Amino acid sequence: MLLDLEPRGARSRVWTYASPLLAIALTVLVVGLFFAAIGKAPGRAVAVFFVAPLLGAGGLAALFVKAAPLILIATGLCVCYRANVWNIGAEGQFTLGAIAGGGVALGFPDAPFWLLYPAVLVAGVAGGTGWAAITAWLRTRFNANEILTSLMLSYVAQLLLTWLVTGPWRDPQGFGFPQTAEFAAGAATPMLAPGIYLGCLAAPVLALLVWLLLRHSVLGFELRVMGQAPRAARFAGFGETRLVWIAMLASGAMAGLAGVFEVTGPIGQLTNTISPGYGFTAVIVAFLGRLHPLGVVLAGLLLALSYLGGNAAQIDLGTPAAVTGIFQGILLFLLLGSDVLILYRVRRRAGAA
Amino acid sequence: MIFLLTSFIVSVIGAATPLLLAATGELLAERAGVLNLGVEGMMLIGAIAGFAVAHVTGSTLLGVLAAALAGVALALIFAFFALGLLANQIATGLALTIFGRGFSALAGAGYVGMAATTLPRLRVPGLSDLPFLGPVLFGHDGLVYFSFAAIIGVAWFLARTHAGLVLRAVGDSHDAAHAMGYKVLRIRAAATAFGGAMAGLAGAYLSLSYSPMWAEDMSAGRGWIALALVVFAGWRPGWLAAGAYLFGAVMFLSLYVQGFGLPIPSPFLSALPYLGTVLLLVLISRDRRLIRLNQPASLGRSFHPAR
Repeated sequence: MLLDLEPRGARSRVWTYASPLLAIALTVLVVGLFFAAIGKAPGRAVAVFFVAPLLGAGGLAALFVKAAPLILIATGLCVCYRANVWNIGAEGQFTLGAIAGGGVALGFPDAPFWLLYPAVLVAGVAGGTGWAAITAWLRTRFNANEILTSLMLSYVAQLLLTWLVTGPWRDPQGFGFPQTAEFAAGAATPMLAPGIYLGCLAAPVLALLVWLLLRHSVLGFELRVMGQAPRAARFAGFGETRLVWIAMLASGAMAGLAGVFEVTGPIGQLTNTISPGYGFTAVIVAFLGRLHPLGVVLAGLLLALSYLGGNAAQIDLGTPAAVTGIFQGILLFLLLGSDVLILYRVRRRAGAA
Repeated sequence: MIFLLTSFIVSVIGAATPLLLAATGELLAERAGVLNLGVEGMMLIGAIAGFAVAHVTGSTLLGVLAAALAGVALALIFAFFALGLLANQIATGLALTIFGRGFSALAGAGYVGMAATTLPRLRVPGLSDLPFLGPVLFGHDGLVYFSFAAIIGVAWFLARTHAGLVLRAVGDSHDAAHAMGYKVLRIRAAATAFGGAMAGLAGAYLSLSYSPMWAEDMSAGRGWIALALVVFAGWRPGWLAAGAYLFGAVMFLSLYVQGFGLPIPSPFLSALPYLGTVLLLVLISRDRRLIRLNQPASLGRSFHPAR
């Protein structure tokens, strides 16, 4: 190797924010090469993937609808990851939010909107929070690794949803499809404009609130210290157990809210597949947004574009929808790789010719 | 009765083999200090590479080799970012899983629903026809025997060889190992590659033997269960083998009981392996001292040679 990494001695502020931009530029390049490798004209493929989805009628609305759950979940994950609490199971918390909110919606179809809708949202938040609480309890009480338990519980959550929509909650008039009846009007998330649901506004607003909270509260400081200097946090007397609970519950609540918004909004009922992997994509959103709720808003829009781009490529280029996952994986790799520039600078190796 | 027992043991070995293969590789990587959460992705890439190559060439041996190489290729991507560029290992492993899922789905799009060439059973004339012992010991395919050899080989390597001692030193204190002149990053990259090869083989076992076909996400979380098994085993090979077979039994029973028509909804039974994994993690992790004693001290930490 002719290049060497030399520690900067301090974090580079410039590269903290330049690294995502570098990663995005490199990703577009690599995705272009990738399309070329599978026999598609790279220029046109990149245009189809990144630009075309925004041009058509309703393109922006579709972008906001996909971005809302990503932003909500990733905002919660920022709280976790800042504290070095690795909640990887947001997908399961999202699912339980949808199930709990959907259950209330199905149970009281005749209730008026002003009563039912808030109850549905509260149930959704409680569902996500409760599912995250299992992981928090296992971590704080039994020291069980939260990465693995939260992930395993995501599989369990999906199976629970499958059971409900194929069994007790299946719509008797649904021709046997794995889905519930459509929710009543009293449980429907209102639209602010054609195609723009309440969640699209709630997501950036909540991101802003969480940012203010993390920045200006002692709690935000405690979480950061626990993440970056756990020993210092211990000496300072910040209770680790308490912080793990707060971080897990906060991210579970956000994921649950995202889940209930999704099924009462764009989907309108419970089905067997309510998420194209939002809980996992949100991990990328959180990192790309620098674990900063405002960065998360921008990153959420970009990753939302990757879903639309994957669909557009499927229609225009005949590539499978899986291209979205490939894009997301490459983006996260290149982002993590670019982040090396925050702490190190690249030098020619001394003596290497 | 003896017939039931025989078929039970054979089925459990089948369900346990992919877990054992993948977990053996991850165990060695983690003993070198590398936490690669991309096992699921490498397994899926191995499954499609093995399936596709065996389908095209008609040779399961070439398929198995391709699966191992595909796993190594993905592991080296991980090594480049997590070891070379000092990226966070947890996030890099997740990226590997997301990428592997997407890439395997893309590569496998043309193979969905096709019948696989299955791995041949290696029969020993005479011995394979013995009652009970024949099917239990002498009726498996090559990857099952390889999984036995691999876990024994890794146990021997770690406990009895100088190279194994060096690898453990790298995992326990990379600074000390570096000071003694060992190439920390090279050793870690090699261990990561071994983990990739084993995960790839686990995938090949799924698509060429256990359920001979290709389907998106066919590993269904086995890569994550393998990761949990390594923790459960306390990073010790003997316990790993025991855990893998215990989980093979759980996975087999959760499938088998579904065929009985019991009044238990099948999603509940399907959830058993995942709930079992959580339970196992809880049982083992509550003993903090055991985890602290056995976990490689440098696990998941980046290493940058200062000099």
